[in-house]
Amino acid sequence: MSLVWAIMRRDMLASLRRGSEWSNPLIFFVMVCALFPLGIGPDPKQLAVLAPGILWVVALLASMLATDSLFRSDFDDASLEQVLLSGSPLFPQVLAKTLAHWCMTGLPLSLVSPLLGVLLQLPTSGMWALLLSLAIGTVVLSVIGAIGAALTVGLRKGGLLLSLIVLPLYIPVLIFGSSAVQTAVEGASYTPQLALLGALLLGAIALAPLAIGAALRISVDQ
Amino acid sequence: MSFWTYFHKWGSPRWFYQFSGRLMPWLAIPAVVLLLGGFAWGLAFVPPDFKQGNSFRIIYLHVPASAVAMGAYMLMATAGAIHLIWRMKLAAMVMKSVAPVGAALTFLALLTGAVWGKPTWGTYWVWDARITSVLILFFLYLGILALQQAFENQEAAAKACAVLAIVGAVNIPIIYWSVEWWYSLHQPASIKFVGESTIHSSMLRPLIATLTGMYCFLGWMVLLNTRNEILYRERNTRWVKDVLTGAGS
Repeated sequence: MSLVWAIMRRDMLASLRRGSEWSNPLIFFVMVCALFPLGIGPDPKQLAVLAPGILWVVALLASMLATDSLFRSDFDDASLEQVLLSGSPLFPQVLAKTLAHWCMTGLPLSLVSPLLGVLLQLPTSGMWALLLSLAIGTVVLSVIGAIGAALTVGLRKGGLLLSLIVLPLYIPVLIFGSSAVQTAVEGASYTPQLALLGALLLGAIALAPLAIGAALRISVDQ
Repeated sequence: MSFWTYFHKWGSPRWFYQFSGRLMPWLAIPAVVLLLGGFAWGLAFVPPDFKQGNSFRIIYLHVPASAVAMGAYMLMATAGAIHLIWRMKLAAMVMKSVAPVGAALTFLALLTGAVWGKPTWGTYWVWDARITSVLILFFLYLGILALQQAFENQEAAAKACAVLAIVGAVNIPIIYWSVEWWYSLHQPASIKFVGESTIHSSMLRPLIATLTGMYCFLGWMVLLNTRNEILYRERNTRWVKDVLTGAGS
């Protein structure tokens, strides 16, 4: 357990000090959300209808683009290789790295989302659903994205490939996440969607680190 | 012959090349006969549907393509798992061979579905759960093909694709359950193994023929691709030179 905390603390500190690692996804989130009213017109009614979907899709893209850097620096300075050689179990270490990454990307994205909800005229009744569904959903996105990041970390041209392999896997999260916000806006209970997101979260945390570990070994071995 | 000698034989590309050469006609002939026969039967001799008229006849291509596209993904994921667990090279070659065939069949399923949707639902495309799931399946195939090409090292490519295929296999149950989860426009499956089918037997028999034919077609294409892959990877060995120059069989 102390190992998990040590890794999380180290990664979060490194990301905080580098600055751009946690701020860039946020800036991307804000900028792309601001593009939508410019593209589809400023009509508040139309924006209110589209807001749940726009916010979720853009948050998903921001989270995905941030995932590319998850293992990159560790791979480049070969500390990843040392971790793999050390023989200590990969599962907790990989999970710790991924959760630390979420704390620096997904968590800020969810915290900022109500503000963007206001910008996109999302009705107030949808704010909590947006915050909660993003808070749970982005963990799943980070964990799934980590599989893609681990598979492509050894390749020189990783970026676009990562999105090709990861986006299809994101779709269930997007469906439940944006449907939670939509139901909340319509005034119904969104607990079922949150429960399904929670189920995806538990499933992803239980299984994905195995795939991430295997993928890291492949990337380092080649 | 013990299990392990049997198992090791499957690991030998040369043995598999010779074995698959003998197996191939047993897949190729049923594939051609059942597909062509089933199409002719379904298009010309089956009575028209009382609601959909003649447009339903595309079912004889649509259903086999969709079913086999999903089956192909399971085959690919299983071959990937075998490659990861037992390091069997042949499994990696099979996995690589299935991907393009599966992608093509998924595309065919989407295309025939769109053509069928126009006269039946009045639109080419609907964002219905089942259609969307097949589209996701198509994206998964494309992702695997893209990942395969991105690696220079063949061994690493095979392992990476195997991991991705297994992860993507999580998608297959969602495809099956989606009908019940987000039931909207697409009709639920008509063929049931338990209980009575909701399709008339005169329409069902040609469907079973084309379905079986399509599975044989998949097997045939996978064998062809795998044999090419074997020849390419073993191109520096003696037996491949003998095969290509016709010195051996």
